[in-house]
Amino acid sequence: MKINKYFLILILFFLSQFTFVYGANKAELVDEISKNLRCLICQGQSIYDSNSDFAESMKILILRKISEGKNKKEIYEFLKSKYGDWIVYEPTFNKHTYFLWLLPLILFIFGGILILKKTLKVK
Amino acid sequence: MISNYIGFYALSFGLIISVLIIIKSIFFLKKNNEDKSKNFFSLLSSQFTLIIISFFSLIYSFVNSDFSNNTVFNHSHTTKPLFYKISGTWGNHEGSLLLWLLVLTFFILIFFLKSRNLKLSYRVFTIFFQQIIIFGFILFIIFTSNPFGILYPIPEQGLGLNPILQDPLLAIHPPILYIGYVGTSIIFSSSLAALVTRSMNQVWAKHIKKWIFASWIFLTLGIMLGSIWAYYELGWGGFWFWDPVENVSLMPWFCLTALIHTISVLEKRNMLQSWTFMLSIMTFSLSMSGTFLVRSGILNSIHTFANDPSRGLFILVFLFVLILLSIFIFFTYYENIKIRKIQFLFISKETSILLNNWFLMYFLSVVLIGTVYPIFLEAFTNEKISVGEPFYQKLITPFMVPFLILMALAPNIKWIKNKIEKLNIKILTLFIINLFLSFYIVKLTNTKYLFATLLITSAFFLFLISLRDVLNTNSLMSQRISHFAFSIFILSILFNSIFTKEFNSNMSVGDEMKFFNGTIKFLKINIYEENNYQNIKGTFKFKNSRNNNIYFEPEIRIYNQPNISTSEADIKTNLFTDNILNFNLINDKEYFSVRYQYKPLMFWVWISTFFIAFGGALTFIRKK
Amino acid sequence: MIKKKFNLILIIFIFSFIFLGLFLGLKKESYYVPKNFNTKKVINLKSKEFFSRKEIKLYDILKNDNLTIINIWASWCLPCREEHKYILALSKESNINLVGLNYKDKFSNAKKFIKKYGDPYDIILADTDGTNSIELGAYGVPETFVIENKKKKILKKYIGPLNKISFNEIKKIIKDENK
Repeated sequence: MKINKYFLILILFFLSQFTFVYGANKAELVDEISKNLRCLICQGQSIYDSNSDFAESMKILILRKISEGKNKKEIYEFLKSKYGDWIVYEPTFNKHTYFLWLLPLILFIFGGILILKKTLKVK
Repeated sequence: MISNYIGFYALSFGLIISVLIIIKSIFFLKKNNEDKSKNFFSLLSSQFTLIIISFFSLIYSFVNSDFSNNTVFNHSHTTKPLFYKISGTWGNHEGSLLLWLLVLTFFILIFFLKSRNLKLSYRVFTIFFQQIIIFGFILFIIFTSNPFGILYPIPEQGLGLNPILQDPLLAIHPPILYIGYVGTSIIFSSSLAALVTRSMNQVWAKHIKKWIFASWIFLTLGIMLGSIWAYYELGWGGFWFWDPVENVSLMPWFCLTALIHTISVLEKRNMLQSWTFMLSIMTFSLSMSGTFLVRSGILNSIHTFANDPSRGLFILVFLFVLILLSIFIFFTYYENIKIRKIQFLFISKETSILLNNWFLMYFLSVVLIGTVYPIFLEAFTNEKISVGEPFYQKLITPFMVPFLILMALAPNIKWIKNKIEKLNIKILTLFIINLFLSFYIVKLTNTKYLFATLLITSAFFLFLISLRDVLNTNSLMSQRISHFAFSIFILSILFNSIFTKEFNSNMSVGDEMKFFNGTIKFLKINIYEENNYQNIKGTFKFKNSRNNNIYFEPEIRIYNQPNISTSEADIKTNLFTDNILNFNLINDKEYFSVRYQYKPLMFWVWISTFFIAFGGALTFIRKK
Repeated sequence: MIKKKFNLILIIFIFSFIFLGLFLGLKKESYYVPKNFNTKKVINLKSKEFFSRKEIKLYDILKNDNLTIINIWASWCLPCREEHKYILALSKESNINLVGLNYKDKFSNAKKFIKKYGDPYDIILADTDGTNSIELGAYGVPETFVIENKKKKILKKYIGPLNKISFNEIKKIIKDENK
């Protein structure tokens, strides 16, 4: 495992190439939230990526809400009440989306059972 | 003008030949006389020639800016450079379908020539199924998206090509992707034919494997080119947006990757026939549904295409005819598969490949469900939701950890063997070292992701093990290179997302802004008049903490035909990091919104994807 | 044999379902318009009076009559000119409170607009950064809200310029409310 040592050194060298910043400030929180919001003007783009008037205003509003002490969840809830679930990229877990979140996992378990059957059947 | 007629009639004759081949193959298969294969060759090659003529007459119309042609009028303009006139041929819906068709007819010809050592009845059956697809496609083109529609009176000028599509990458991205998609149609027809003619065996596996690899390589490269385009052209700093149109190309990729692994089980051990069959059908169906989802306008995507619901309906019906046909064939000829009672031992290559398929199918189901669920929800309940990146990340990332570990360990497991090797101390220590290292990295960067440590650990694990394998052995080089490249790919994406930094601000000329690792100064703007657009070029000086200066010159282009403005980011790529700067007009035009992004390891994302595909390409070289 | 038939029926059932879903999906509009959120209570937004630029709260305006109509407009918005005649006509209704919300506009341009086309509003609010409109639940200009003052509920929302049909609808709402 000689290679291992060299790689440790290489990786450490690698890491020294990057800049580190600690903590998230308000502006970063705005970025984070606006990345999960969908723009209504250029649909398919996030509020973060969009330069439309709507998106610009939205970013100002988010910043204000954060300054007022609202947290991420409250901001999402507020916007969902105004524009519907459509506006967030991460679908809420509710009666409309049980299948969305659970079906892939159900299929995964189902697949696992099939494979177990195949490998453990003949002994 | 004349090229319109030539193109259209060549296409129509192509349809007639398609009918002829279908009839001929039915007669042939009834009588089963073995010596008339030459006729098929002449029919197939003349069909191919006709489609070439049709395709080239469309190119001819584009090059000459013949605006009597509807497609040319809608998508071209005389001021456009020659290169984009040519690439504009397949940069639109009608032309891209003609390209699909061209590749379809070309591939069946190649297939016919390259399958001489197989049963003739199998070959004819494949041609039969493939011609059904071709027949459907020509009908689709003629009735819903005719590229040779004639305009009268002839307009003086065209409407122009969307400037965002005027990019050299986008000129080659569709052809490459289509070769991948169309390759799956051969896999589809061929597995149907193999089931009907009882030839789903090791010889067939060896033969179809080449097609699977070829499609997979092109699909991989096609997806890669698409994301490189999105990265450079959209200039948002991202390369994968989990947009429906992107997801659609990823779905057949998961299937093909599963198929690559499964087919070797069939080749070496002669088992998993029905699973291979189902995967082949699924791969092609997903490629087709991709076309359906993109072209019907059913999805809401950043990549806007001209849409028409009647097109969607045609593809939908056609797709389901093909799917029902294959279900019917599967249930009728199911007995043709000899079910051998073979043992699957728990620790064996066979089982590990099953596990690989298990994970890939899971990833596929996540992407598939995430993409189509909103359509179904709206259709049945009228509720609209969006499914984006957070959904995919939450469902896929946790499963990457066991997947990567499996990917590291599985290639060294032998066929049919049922012995757990002594728990390898070296591998275990390696894993633990990785764990500490990753923990250190995650701690250092103050990342909140819970899975980050484990994910980096398993990616490093795969990296080191597959590196050892690449260095140690010379057998199965292609697989080892692909796995090794995949580990680099995952690591680059991980580090990229962890270390990415962004800075947004509104600035006007002369402003200077300080931020996390340097200062940005807005030096000046210049406005140029270019051939078909107005160019606003800004100059920015970026000074980082190490006192290096980088000058950025991003642009805002305001095109005249059609009237669209785009923002061209200035991206400085080097081996370890990308620095991106773009700017945009704000309403009152005194300020610009400026975004600086620091994106590490982008170069490695591309290069590793290339090597994943390159590993696949090695299988062709090794054989000779 | 029975199992095989069962599988076949199951698979065909699943695919028919998928077909149906996609078929129905084809007929739906893929562009999203948020129109089903009109029963919510409006929040007490902080805004500025247009001429004096003094801070003012929405609930202070929702006092006078039974109904308030908020019309979002801007001088740079062409459809706003189109619908302006309907707004002028609405201003003749005596028992409503007509509020204009000037969206992301230059003060001088907006003043010119009112001078040229007439000022129908009882009060104009200035939404200089566009956040008031978002808090109302609008996403563009023009948009018109009909609000019931007591419960502070949005009765109706019109996206885009008013036309003859929507104008008559609003008149009917006013009539019903003032019975």
